[in-house]
Amino acid sequence: MVPAAIEPTRYSMLYAQILLNGLVLGGLYACIAVGFSLVWGVLNVINILHGSFVVLGSYIAYFAYVHLGIHPFLSVILAGGALFALGYVVQAGLINRVVGAPVLTTLVLTFGLDLILNNGMIVAFTADYRTVQLAHPLGSTVVGGLVLPLDRLVAMLLACVLTVILYFVLVRSSIGRAIVAVRMDREAAALMGVNVKRIYAITFGLGALMAGAAGSLLSLIFPISPLNGSEFLGIAFIVCVLGGLGSISGAIVGGLALGAIQSFGALLIGPQHGLTIAFVLLIILLIFKPTGIMGRRGYE
Amino acid sequence: MTVRPIYVLAALLLVAFLPLVGDNYVLRLGTMFAMYAVLAQSWNIIGGYAGYPSFATAAFFGLGAYAGAILQGNGLPMPLAWLAAGIVAGLFAALMGAAILHLKGHYFAIASLVLAEVLLEVTTSWTSLTGGGMGLNLPVIRMSVEAQAQLFFWAMLGLAVLTFLMSWYVSSSRIGFALRCIRQNEDASSMVGVNTTFYKVVAFVLSALFVGSAGALYASWVFYIEPPDVYSVLTSVKPIVMVMLGGAGTVAGPVIGAAAFLVMEEVVWRNFLSIHSAVLGLLIVALIFFLPNGVLGFIRKRKRTGADHSKETAA
Repeated sequence: MVPAAIEPTRYSMLYAQILLNGLVLGGLYACIAVGFSLVWGVLNVINILHGSFVVLGSYIAYFAYVHLGIHPFLSVILAGGALFALGYVVQAGLINRVVGAPVLTTLVLTFGLDLILNNGMIVAFTADYRTVQLAHPLGSTVVGGLVLPLDRLVAMLLACVLTVILYFVLVRSSIGRAIVAVRMDREAAALMGVNVKRIYAITFGLGALMAGAAGSLLSLIFPISPLNGSEFLGIAFIVCVLGGLGSISGAIVGGLALGAIQSFGALLIGPQHGLTIAFVLLIILLIFKPTGIMGRRGYE
Repeated sequence: MTVRPIYVLAALLLVAFLPLVGDNYVLRLGTMFAMYAVLAQSWNIIGGYAGYPSFATAAFFGLGAYAGAILQGNGLPMPLAWLAAGIVAGLFAALMGAAILHLKGHYFAIASLVLAEVLLEVTTSWTSLTGGGMGLNLPVIRMSVEAQAQLFFWAMLGLAVLTFLMSWYVSSSRIGFALRCIRQNEDASSMVGVNTTFYKVVAFVLSALFVGSAGALYASWVFYIEPPDVYSVLTSVKPIVMVMLGGAGTVAGPVIGAAAFLVMEEVVWRNFLSIHSAVLGLLIVALIFFLPNGVLGFIRKRKRTGADHSKETAA
């Protein structure tokens, strides 16, 4: 009789641990997706480059750690800055010229750019998987029976901080207000003196910045290779559709939901199918509720 | 001034004499051209005429490849397996189309892109039926290498001609008219009595049938298939590039685009193997900036400069 009494608590601990793992992953997913969502919402452009931007951020963190000894948590600034510059140039120089064109044109254009960037990374860094081996990992600790992997947890918290900073930039700063204004009504914003093309370039740069920052945090968790780009892109897609497009809260809810779904899915039908469930869920959601859990919004 | 469909048909039939002049390498190129022509013309139905940014070509192609391979493995004669694969892809398109064609723009693009992703995962997981990640071998054909090369070349070319006839018929029929209405203004066409849902599903099925058969033919041709190969996202993107290259929403454009694309791809593969996908990317970028309406659009624009542009989209 005693084992039967113990069993439920053991199961509930197991579920709590899986939920925790899922949420830690989900926080990072939210950080990957929030930049993608911003670009999609404001520019109406699906940025196929986003996955490769994340990978590029990881490489910057990797090389900064290996050659300069900079901890990946600090490289967030480095990777974010570099990616912002790259994103700004790509938008101002190329995508701005076709931004009003039909969906297909911008999609195919960013796909073409992604082929170039991804192939460039394979040539420069090879397709081999690399990992950041920290000299002084934080390890893990046990709190109330739950194992807390500290490096991951800090990475997730930093991802959340970055996401919150982006939120305040959009809500409080004048650039942020201009981005939201363009999102709501491009013509009206232009009439109010907003330089729409410049705002587009900044928005795309911010999206790339978030991707680069997420990449440098992820370098501690996932092996780094250009081949991972499409998986990160897939995650960004799913999170945006799950949570709903056009709001920071949507990306956070979607990211956490995806992390939890993936963790429990891995428990139920095996770890290799985690993303499959998410994709199936994505199709079902698109069919029945394409606006996502939080609904479509305008960053108001 | 446009390229008349009848000329394109004549050119396609002329390609059939290729075995008389070329070696196996030329025949391989010819087979690739025919396959690309099938994919591009099929995509043109949903993407060009109806204006729906579909990325589902890889899903239809991979599904057809696996359906054909499994049926052949169970003893169905090759031509019947090709036919059945087309039907399987068509049924899949009908079911999925009914579900996702109410989405617009980016949402439709993503949903269609995810179809291939889900099929890829399902195929990889269902090891007992598909061989999973190990891939699937097809039954050996007892024929000389030359005879095989010719057989698959003619079969694929035949499929390309069939697809061409379908596309030609669609463009001059009620279906084509309805699809063009949908592209220009879906709400308005629905208001004046076009059954938009029905025609969109028809277009999606037509864009799947021949691609499914082409997938099965491809599987028979290369003897061995594996999920990442047949469900590759490039299979979805290449036809779009071809159609953009040739001219979307025209009968002749996709065929011209397929030929032009094949030539470029072959040159790139031969000279820049390690950076071929970057060169393909550059080609795409250049295409969007310098030839936004394709080769046909470019010719047309030069022939009647100053002409009314609204006619161009209506023609």
